[in-house]
Amino acid sequence: MSGAAGTSPPAAGRPRLIGAWRGLLDVYVENARLALNEQFQYRVANYFYMIGMIAEPVIYLVVWTTIAEQQGGSVGGISSAQFAAYYIVWTLVRSMNIVFTPYGWEWRIREGELSAALLRPIFPIVSDLGFFIGWKVVVIVLWLPLAALLALLFRPELSPTLLEICVFAVAIWGAYLIRSLNQSSIGMVTFWTTRVGPFFELYMTVELLLSGRLVPMSLMPDWVQTIAGLLPFYWTFGFPIEALVADLPADRLLGGLAMQLFWIIVGAIVLRLVWRVAIRRYSAVGG
Amino acid sequence: MNELQYRANFFVQLFQSLIALATGLAVIALVFGHTEQLNGWNHAELLAVMGVHIAMGGLIGTLIQPNMMRLAQEVRDGKLDFALTKPADAQLLASLREVRIWRLVDVAIGGVVLAAALGQLGVAPSLGGGLAFAATIVLGGLMIYCFWLILTTFAFWIVRIDEIAELFDGIYQSGRWPVGVYPGWLRISLTFLVPIAFAVTVPAEALTGRLTIETFLLAAGFAVLLFAFTRWWWRFGLRRYSGASA
Repeated sequence: MSGAAGTSPPAAGRPRLIGAWRGLLDVYVENARLALNEQFQYRVANYFYMIGMIAEPVIYLVVWTTIAEQQGGSVGGISSAQFAAYYIVWTLVRSMNIVFTPYGWEWRIREGELSAALLRPIFPIVSDLGFFIGWKVVVIVLWLPLAALLALLFRPELSPTLLEICVFAVAIWGAYLIRSLNQSSIGMVTFWTTRVGPFFELYMTVELLLSGRLVPMSLMPDWVQTIAGLLPFYWTFGFPIEALVADLPADRLLGGLAMQLFWIIVGAIVLRLVWRVAIRRYSAVGG
Repeated sequence: MNELQYRANFFVQLFQSLIALATGLAVIALVFGHTEQLNGWNHAELLAVMGVHIAMGGLIGTLIQPNMMRLAQEVRDGKLDFALTKPADAQLLASLREVRIWRLVDVAIGGVVLAAALGQLGVAPSLGGGLAFAATIVLGGLMIYCFWLILTTFAFWIVRIDEIAELFDGIYQSGRWPVGVYPGWLRISLTFLVPIAFAVTVPAEALTGRLTIETFLLAAGFAVLLFAFTRWWWRFGLRRYSGASA
């Protein structure tokens, strides 16, 4: 941490707290910069990844467009052009909420890689968050031409207001945080078992069905929508997309951000608690 | 075959495959909650496509993907030397070293789904249909192998291609639906660029009695062509390999 060299030394209490926060910010920024430099070198690899990722919404889009056209232009009140807008915005939201997965934790813990991270006087998740924030910048830049291509091919109908754009810009980062925290918590399972796969697959399936990743939630049966309302998943997919695509009233837009904040706090508390119990189980050989 | 030692992995695989199956069934149920048929395919016929898709995915996961991932890794590490110095054809050797046996679970599950679909359709496939199905599966698998090897060969130029698996898995998901639902440019890509139409839709057509002789000949001709190209491309890439003085 770079202290303020010329000024008087910090007194006890407040100034040191500010120093600690500044230091934390430095960690985020440095990790982000590292990721930015590293990932721009692997453009082709990143594009491979993104094209694989984009295949998923294109498939959904094609299937639902086919059904909409068979039924005279729309399904459940959603037209082909609106489906196109939904799934194209989907690609950005998905890119944003790709985070350090439980498989990463599995590797880290099984191989003893965590040892080095534990020696640093900082919560390991902080560097993950920073690193992925930097990666996101690369992802957004690489995403732009793909989005333009998709828009040309599928002709979306999109006319957001300024408020919607602002809420969307905040909500994609909220989604990123919620997903990072939740997936890190799931990753903690690897302190007990070395195979996180089954847990994680189950989690991903629930998320797929209850988040708006598969289809806009309004197409789901009512009881599914009710369950989804009690869980964090919708706020990481459906909400950011609909903030931009659907004409949500202002109170639902801002209320959505409040819900995201709620789930961020819950996620952070859960992660902290799980971490405290889990880390006692960690043991590494060599390293 | 190493995998046989890890019997717990069988249950892990079974669990994951069943989750994937449940998801697939839920998606089909959702689609048919909003429509009666999809581009001329009814519920049971789509189930048949899904069965072929799962089974073919299992074959790819057992035989093709693990070999290709190992190949990419060895090109990067310089360990391919060990395979190249052996007195056998390098392509053959590089393609047959790994078997991930538990992925065969998907072949079994795909078979069950397929049988259930045929039961719903009320058609017992004729001998000719069964033979055509077997032939198209082999041709489709061969084409998918070629596609994987063409992509993996890029490792000789580009260092990091781990994401290739994500790329393939993403695109492969398109095979869950008959290729006819896709718009023209995508349909052509999914047939000739990434031969998923040949690997999934065409065998499903063979079983449901939709296969024409023209399509079959096209599949056979294209498989031969693609294999020849892959062979040339592999040798071309191999010349770039410099090893790492292991």
